[in-house]
Amino acid sequence: MVERKISFQIMANIILIILAILCLLPFILLIVSSFTDELTLTHYGYRFFPKKLSLDAYRYLLVDSTTIIKSYIISFGVTIVGTLANVFLTVLFAYPLSRKDLPGRQIFSFFIFFTMLFNGGLVPSYIMWTQVFHIKNTWWAYIIPGLMMSAFYVIMMRTYFTTNIPEAVIEAARMDGATERHILTSIVLPMSIPIVATVTLLVGLSYWNDWINGLYYINKDTMYSIQSLLNKMLMDVQFLLSNAQSGASINQDIVLPSTGIKMAIAVMGAVPILMIYPFFQKYFIKGIIIGAVKG
Amino acid sequence: MNLKVRKKLRHLNRYIPLYLMMLPGVIYIIINNYIPMLGLRIAFKQYNYTKGISASKFVGFKNFEFLFKTKDAFVITRNTLCYNAAFIILGTVLAIAVAILLNDIKAVRLKKIYQTIILIPFLISMVVVSYLAYAFLSSDSGFINNSILIPLGIKPVPWYSSPKYWPFILTIVHLWKGFGYTSIIYFATLAGIDKGYFEAAAIDGASRWQQIKHVTLPCLKPTIITLTLMSIGRIFYSDFGLFYQVPLNSGLLVDVTNTIDTYVYRGLITLNNVSMASAAGFYQSVVGFILVLTANFVVKKLSEENALF
Repeated sequence: MVERKISFQIMANIILIILAILCLLPFILLIVSSFTDELTLTHYGYRFFPKKLSLDAYRYLLVDSTTIIKSYIISFGVTIVGTLANVFLTVLFAYPLSRKDLPGRQIFSFFIFFTMLFNGGLVPSYIMWTQVFHIKNTWWAYIIPGLMMSAFYVIMMRTYFTTNIPEAVIEAARMDGATERHILTSIVLPMSIPIVATVTLLVGLSYWNDWINGLYYINKDTMYSIQSLLNKMLMDVQFLLSNAQSGASINQDIVLPSTGIKMAIAVMGAVPILMIYPFFQKYFIKGIIIGAVKG
Repeated sequence: MNLKVRKKLRHLNRYIPLYLMMLPGVIYIIINNYIPMLGLRIAFKQYNYTKGISASKFVGFKNFEFLFKTKDAFVITRNTLCYNAAFIILGTVLAIAVAILLNDIKAVRLKKIYQTIILIPFLISMVVVSYLAYAFLSSDSGFINNSILIPLGIKPVPWYSSPKYWPFILTIVHLWKGFGYTSIIYFATLAGIDKGYFEAAAIDGASRWQQIKHVTLPCLKPTIITLTLMSIGRIFYSDFGLFYQVPLNSGLLVDVTNTIDTYVYRGLITLNNVSMASAAGFYQSVVGFILVLTANFVVKKLSEENALF
């Protein structure tokens, strides 16, 4: 019996190690290629153990770096502003919803929940944002459409407030004459740091990773965030491919970022997340678990 | 009477600060979510950019007639539904298997490390994932052609122009990116199961497999139902990045990569055919909505407490 258990442990560990390696291998290939010498890349393709390493891609990015720096500024700016706005709206909406005595609570709950069931889709939204609000090629395009508030996080936070903050505490504060703003900032929020941290991280992640708003609403070269820049360069690859397939010769004069540089920028799009992730992973995991429990 | 009304008003007065707090959110949701719902009527109009939605000409079901006359409607519906069905089934099986393995690992440190690593793909944007896929699949410099197929003496495959491989590629990419997330959810449920059940089963002489069948899976049932229900509710929607970006928007692959979402996007932005795109979008919103309600209704009949609403 004991022996069988040990063999099971070994087997389970082996399977999980293989899965973990499969999760990491593509990233290793990406990072190694970004450090591979350009000629070696064209000769042997992307490899885990390239014949010749080089820092050229990163040197290029750091010398001729205006595009990258600019897109990094946009990405960081959008992520910070968007995340703050989202968390602000979410907390302000979730707290009143968590108050069982609020008249009309059911109506507001339904109001927000219904957006998870039904939506107008891309066409009406696109027309509204571009024709009425004129957000094309502005910073707003990255921040406002779709991402600034989500029913999912509102419900997640409301549930946390209702289950973790005793009504008696709020009632007592009200008796002492505390205003609602005070109750929220000095009682509810300090008691809810885990959920606020979790939502902040998840929202920050979706802002940093978002390239879809960029795809819809941005087509000006100076306005690309790092993800949109990556997206654009990927489509240039496709442009080359389709030309090659139709037999037309590729114009040598067009200076496209070389393969190594593309991979280096992809690394730079992923690195901020990979760097902060180990420090915040327990909040990510907690967020996933709380999110799965229905509101 | 007057007194009663006044008393009620004074009662509501107390809540004004709370309503004010909700105001910004309400405004945002109305603009971002509800106004586009009203805009769905564009599917019944011949949209004119200068006139706007309201003043555009009403054409009844003509846009839908066009959409359903082409084979596009069939292809995008088939692709969206079949991919989602495969994702739900394979994704659930894989995630539960991983969760069971994780739960059985005795070494706490190792368990943490595995959890951390399998979540990494989930954190990365689809654009970066497309680069990862490209590093493997590119026909000139891709890892698979250069380092596996050629050394083995097999003819290299032009992946981005060979539709037959893409159902598998897309499924693998989807599972790779998402299995960590779902596994963690199942794992959390498993961690909450009373260890006594397993001990009792073991004492009764249940084998590992029997324990999984009679203890683990029944305990996971509510989670399986909830997660599957949520996926079925979204079965008419697809991950735009997966189907548009990972195949690099390659025209040769459209038959196996076109879903309702990519179709609407291409119709609107690339082809500038608002009528067709809006008809497809309307079809997605309405059928999708009916599917969520139906899925929820069925679950409510089967086991009330697992229903979403």
